[in-house]
Amino acid sequence: MVSLTIDGNVVQAEERTPLIKIAEKLGIRIPTLCYHPALEPYGTCRLCTVEVVKKGRARLVTACNYPAEEGIVVHTKSERVIKARKLIIELLLSRCSKAKVIQELAEEYGVKEPRFGEGDEDCILCGLCVRVCSEIVGANAISFTSRGIDREVSTPFHIASEECIGCGACAYLCPTDAIKLEDIKGTRKIERWDTSRPLQRCSICGNYFAPVAQLEYIKNRLNLPEEIFQNCPNCRRKSYAEQVAALGHI
Amino acid sequence: MSKIKSTEDFEKLQESVNKTRDPERLCITVCSGTGCHAYGCEKVTQAFVEEIRNRDLQDKVDIRTTGCHGFCERGPIVVIHPQEVFYQRVKVEDVADVVSETILKKNIVDRLLYVDPNTGKQIICEKDVPFYKKQRRIIFGNNALIDPTSIDDYIALGGYAALSKVLWEMKPLEVIDVIKKSGLRGRGGGGFPTGRKWEFCRNAEGDRRYVICNADEGDPGAYMDRSLLEGNPHSVLEGMIIGAYAIGSHQGFIYVRNEYPLAVKNVTIAIQQAREYGLLDRDIIGSGFDFEIKITRGGGAFVCGESTALMASLEGKLGEPRAKYVHTVEKGLWDNPTNLNNVETWANVPVIINKGWQWYSDIGTEHSKGTKIFSLVGKINNTGLIEVPMGISLREIIFDIGGGIPEGKKFKAVQTGGPSGGCIPESLLDLLVDFEKLTETGSMMGSGGMIVMDEDTCMVDVAKYFLNFLKEESCGKCVPCREGIRAMLEILTRITEGEGEEGDVELLQELSEVVAETSLCALGGTAPNPVLTTIKYFRDEYEAHIKEKRCPAGVCPALIQYSIDTERCTGCGACVKVCPQEAISGQRKQPHSLDQAKCIKCGACLEVCKFEAVIKR
Amino acid sequence: MNLVLVDDIIARYRWEKAAIIAILQDIQREFNYLPQEALTYAASRLAIPLTQVYSLATFYRAFSLKPRGKHLITVCLGTACHVRGAVRILEKLERELGIKAGETTDDMRVSLETVNCLGACALGPIVVIDGQYHGQMTSVKTDSILKKLRKL
Ligand SMILES: Cc1cc2nc3c(=O)[nH]c(=O)nc-3n(C[C@H](O)[C@H](O)[C@H](O)COP(=O)(O)O)c2cc1C
Ligand code: SF4
Ligand code: FES
Repeated sequence: MVSLTIDGNVVQAEERTPLIKIAEKLGIRIPTLCYHPALEPYGTCRLCTVEVVKKGRARLVTACNYPAEEGIVVHTKSERVIKARKLIIELLLSRCSKAKVIQELAEEYGVKEPRFGEGDEDCILCGLCVRVCSEIVGANAISFTSRGIDREVSTPFHIASEECIGCGACAYLCPTDAIKLEDIKGTRKIERWDTSRPLQRCSICGNYFAPVAQLEYIKNRLNLPEEIFQNCPNCRRKSYAEQVAALGHI
Repeated sequence: MSKIKSTEDFEKLQESVNKTRDPERLCITVCSGTGCHAYGCEKVTQAFVEEIRNRDLQDKVDIRTTGCHGFCERGPIVVIHPQEVFYQRVKVEDVADVVSETILKKNIVDRLLYVDPNTGKQIICEKDVPFYKKQRRIIFGNNALIDPTSIDDYIALGGYAALSKVLWEMKPLEVIDVIKKSGLRGRGGGGFPTGRKWEFCRNAEGDRRYVICNADEGDPGAYMDRSLLEGNPHSVLEGMIIGAYAIGSHQGFIYVRNEYPLAVKNVTIAIQQAREYGLLDRDIIGSGFDFEIKITRGGGAFVCGESTALMASLEGKLGEPRAKYVHTVEKGLWDNPTNLNNVETWANVPVIINKGWQWYSDIGTEHSKGTKIFSLVGKINNTGLIEVPMGISLREIIFDIGGGIPEGKKFKAVQTGGPSGGCIPESLLDLLVDFEKLTETGSMMGSGGMIVMDEDTCMVDVAKYFLNFLKEESCGKCVPCREGIRAMLEILTRITEGEGEEGDVELLQELSEVVAETSLCALGGTAPNPVLTTIKYFRDEYEAHIKEKRCPAGVCPALIQYSIDTERCTGCGACVKVCPQEAISGQRKQPHSLDQAKCIKCGACLEVCKFEAVIKR
Repeated sequence: MNLVLVDDIIARYRWEKAAIIAILQDIQREFNYLPQEALTYAASRLAIPLTQVYSLATFYRAFSLKPRGKHLITVCLGTACHVRGAVRILEKLERELGIKAGETTDDMRVSLETVNCLGACALGPIVVIDGQYHGQMTSVKTDSILKKLRKL
């Protein structure tokens, strides 16, 4: 255990706990875009920037992955932090001027019109979709491609990926709603990934309930009763539903 | 050759190698560094081989292709030993004369000598050439003496003696202590004390430790690491083996930039030879210490020079940096303690062991010890690689060694530290070069690129150049670097196109501060330096672009105009032929005129006009 | 496509996943670019996600996903070449060839690329044509080099 100070509160924490988790417990809100508790911290949006004073030296670090250390003093709302966050928000706004989350952040931090252009990208490149697909789902259907300002998220060769099981975890986590997921007439479509997957019909009620590919994927990995793959959750007994829920976002 | 199993074996090897070396024997060395290669040194070497064969002199004369001598401006370079006659710009046609005169009759071929532009005197010996005089070539000097593909050449000059001494006479902690006391700091840019890094790595928790040589050298305008690896690969290997022993590592990697095929080739040969001699792999020199080295080629990404990105790339992953809140000496390659050092840093190690830390720490300034290799390039007379003691002044480097600015132009700035560094103005020329002093100017030591700029260089354009470079080289992972560089570049582009506005400079400064403070890795962290230093020292140029819509250096196309001086134009028509736009017209032998509406400002007319009749404003 | 070549390359690196970048380099040397089929095949043989292979192939500058021309012209844009006017040479080449840096002419004869520093700064500005260095380039020299190239 180490002892540190966050915004004046002296707290004890397990060594190397990310600062954000400690702040959370104290009820201190730190804005984030690329952080998700179920995923490895990635540190790309830099929005969670806070100031850390260590051995008399102050510097800006990201709270989502900075490990708790003995004796450090953390400021989550200092002038320097706010100034940096504001500019980061302005930069994000100039990339994705139409994204609702960014507009809300801008509103909260009093960022007006971005001075560096008004792009209409919808993706902020936080990488939540890429990471959930690889870390949790394990499908690896999408990844970052190119580099620098040309960086984007896509399937290999920008064509439908065979690995995509249509689970929709990416769409679920996307903070800007850039990934649209539609179930139409027995088919799940994820336009951004150029993917469509047939849905499985429940053998009892006849409703479509999940992509066949996803059910197969789960079937191959977990030893679950066949019924799971035939019947929709509503029609299954509650205990089965719980088992599926245990698979996380799938 | 059987493997060396003890210090006695090693001494025997040294003796036998030395026996074959006669210091009085004639030897023609031809530099085959990259610069000389480009000048066609291969053909020159071939011509020497043939000439010597035709005259049946094989028994009397050796021919040796060596690594870079540094004076690339004057390549191909040929030095005749033992007299050390220095010939420059040697062509195939000169070879017969060199052999018949210098080799056979001991006469000098005057036309191949270097002429000191200041005194007009011809200089015979390499060491008397002003370019070499103020240098102190303790790391780089052997390049010019050895064939990089011959381990015996290296051993003849004392190579691997330091390794033998370390393995048999010193404990790992003693080695670390010597390196610490020597004051050696990393040559890759950051200047972190090497001995301390080794110590951290040695003490870090883990069963397996790695040692890596950073030869990614992405800084545009720096090529010393390449020259060392190409010209004296064993010195780097020896340093790495010593480091590995001190740290307790058994596996090393050399991460080489993809554009350096010759370096890969020579290092591969060197590793093979060292293995055969028992200087690598199992039971090195019979000491029981094992260490092997693998070579990995980079894929062409500047950011992969950054430690965490480099390690990701070595693991076969995307070359993206990660947070370094836990340092790589604790958790690096495959999460094991890993020690990364630059090529030149490693090459310093054997020298320190051989000569002792006292000797080494006598060179340099209080906090920067030893020498540093710089590539002196750009608008400078003597382009090349130089090795100077820390603490030498910029003025000495640029004017005494570099021979000043070509064509009588005025010096404007010197850029150090590559895309992470900055531009240092004339007023600071007396600055004594070391880690701290360069950082104080807002620039940094970096890997050792020194790009000299004259009055014809536009400083706003230079800032734009670096941001353009970084825009493509940023990995794109984090917002401040990716979006911040884009935003800054947009502003700079606007300024150079005459669309700059009041407040742009302040906006650049505001962006710079946040990009530097919040970027994930040092690429973004230092990206603003070229912008900040040019603003700091050349603000007037920014103002001229913004307020007067004028580029004082005459570089930014949108702000210059070409026109024809009717007084001087003879109507020769040379410009008409080269103009891609047919923008120039006129009667033959009559002054011509230039149509501004058609001109795309390519400058072709200015280049061909012999009468200085094309004016650029 | 001869995928046996890809197998050979992978075998040379003993099916080591970490060697993927080197493997891609060798594939590129074999085919002059990275064909989609070869990448898909390599990923499956090495049992690494195709996403990873594709990310790498688009991240590193050394790789090209498009076939390159018969001749390769590389313009050095290192700092030393830049201050000596490399951009003007590049622009001239772009104009004359009718393509931008990074592109290949429609007849697949010439690809134009840029590189950040070749480490031969004394010769700047430098243009490399099919491995051969041409130093101290001027607009006039560019013309004569292009003329020679057209005849090849
Ligand atoms: C963007 C970036 C590029 C770098 N490129 C190189 C490089 O090409 N060569 C190098 O030795 N160090 C480079 N470095 C520095 C390395 O991260 C590291 O500090 C260095 O290799 C450590 O070795 P040293 O202690 O011997 O200097 C780079 C750093 C950054 C942030
Ligand atoms: S600072 Fe730039 S190069 Fe470094 S991680 Fe961020 S985007 Fe990548
Ligand atoms: S939440 Fe920490 S960097 Fe994005």
